[in-house]
Amino acid sequence: MTEFDVAVIGAGPAGLAASIEAARRGCRVLLMDSNLRPGGQLVKQIHKFFGSKEHRAGTRGIDIAVGLHREALEAGVVFWPDTSVYGVFPGGALGAVRGMLGGEPRGVVVRASTLILATGASENAVNFPGWTLPGVMGAGAAQTMINVERVLPGRKVLMVGSGNVGLIVSYQLMQAGADVEAVVEALPRVGGYGVHAAKISRAGVPILTSHTVLRAFGETEITGAEIARIDESWTPVPGTSRRVDADLICIAAGLRPYARLAMLAGCRMTYSSALGGWLPLHDRAMRTSVPGVYVAGDVGGVEEASTALEEGRIAGISASERLGMIGAADAARDREEAEARLSSLRMGPFGRPRYDAKEAIYEEGANACPRP
Amino acid sequence: MPSTLTTFGYPSLDELRSSPGYPARERAEKGPVAVIECVQEIPCNPCETACPRGAIRVGIPITNLPALDADKCTGCGVCIPKCPGLAIFALDMTYSATEAALSFPHEYLPLPRPGDVVVAVDRGGKAVCASRVLRVSDRPANDRTAVVTIAIPKEHADRVRGIARRSEGNDIG
Repeated sequence: MTEFDVAVIGAGPAGLAASIEAARRGCRVLLMDSNLRPGGQLVKQIHKFFGSKEHRAGTRGIDIAVGLHREALEAGVVFWPDTSVYGVFPGGALGAVRGMLGGEPRGVVVRASTLILATGASENAVNFPGWTLPGVMGAGAAQTMINVERVLPGRKVLMVGSGNVGLIVSYQLMQAGADVEAVVEALPRVGGYGVHAAKISRAGVPILTSHTVLRAFGETEITGAEIARIDESWTPVPGTSRRVDADLICIAAGLRPYARLAMLAGCRMTYSSALGGWLPLHDRAMRTSVPGVYVAGDVGGVEEASTALEEGRIAGISASERLGMIGAADAARDREEAEARLSSLRMGPFGRPRYDAKEAIYEEGANACPRP
Repeated sequence: MPSTLTTFGYPSLDELRSSPGYPARERAEKGPVAVIECVQEIPCNPCETACPRGAIRVGIPITNLPALDADKCTGCGVCIPKCPGLAIFALDMTYSATEAALSFPHEYLPLPRPGDVVVAVDRGGKAVCASRVLRVSDRPANDRTAVVTIAIPKEHADRVRGIARRSEGNDIG
């Protein structure tokens, strides 16, 4: 049995920021992640980030991860890599397995009075004939292969989905040496940032809006795909289907909160289509409906690394308040600074729908999430 | 609202000309100037602090489009590798009697070398003309975003925004 004040699950930007804030306020913090390296999805974000100076804008995600890890260690955070948390038990005990990726797997029980869930999100799948053939994978998986494992999963790529993930991974697949034959997008408009779309457009990649993939060709692995234009009711337009040769089809159809541990912990769930689906209800201070359990980052609604970082800071402050490391007034003041930065990130045509969705969650959570 | 950018993935000249970061033609004719092709309100402002002359303003809120003060801008290009969206270029219409010099961010390896003749492409990746590489800047301050400068016929200055990723196998246009 290992005892800590705060257990943080997930060492992405949210979990790292939460750990740093709690440790700096005197909490004994254990940060756990199932991967070998901290950073979550940052470890494969080789592009420069948007945002402002406070969010390390202009810095590549991989470098932000390194900086946050250093800050966490300096703050005294105990980091356990290669640790998979499988259970949240009554009374604040966590069941985990360490060493699944390297060494001898062994079970451990961690006890912490406060729990911060920063478990992130998982990729959505799209089903079509042939989607289980080798050569069809999530765009995030392809990004891990090229940028972390240095393996090129294909040379001729069809990208399904034009959100930021689809656009960025298309660009990075080209940087890794692949050709992207096309990006298909079911909606009549490009989903992600125009500047990301413009980058791959300059490289000659056609972005086909109002298009979908109908099937993948191939016996033992994919050799291509049939794509077609679709109408407003998402029905293929007769006579528009054509074959695209490809040895890799990447699916970038959005993410959903990875909220299983939150459900295990008994957190009340709520649904938000703008934020990716079912997520643990929470208030503005990142408290869930279960006393002592906090959320931060994509698990509480899919957004971006910069917003995850700010939510992590808020969760770390709230956890410190609960543990009596800071007073309520100090906690409120510290949270306000982060909240102001969060609001500024949730503006503009891309941010505003998330702002509205988050405000609705906060409002619902205000009565359901007990204050300390 | 549907636009060329949201339908096809790259902005039209009309979209760019009505944005506050795109310099007027008359200003461009006078000498080097930055060309900011950022037409969507996204939360981002590194360009503002990148400029040593204060020629780029985003302000508050951070989602404001960057506005170029073309009188303060000298077209030095310091902002080019600082833009996370790779959306800033620099244009020198006075490079020679017939040619303009265009600088743009480039993150594909291998990098071109000065003197190389490469295929210049437009915003949609279509081949426009042959061009000569004048300079390649890959300083540590660029943080792995090279800035490539090419010479192109002046009449293509509003159209060319990069070079083909690899000169061989470019069969577009």
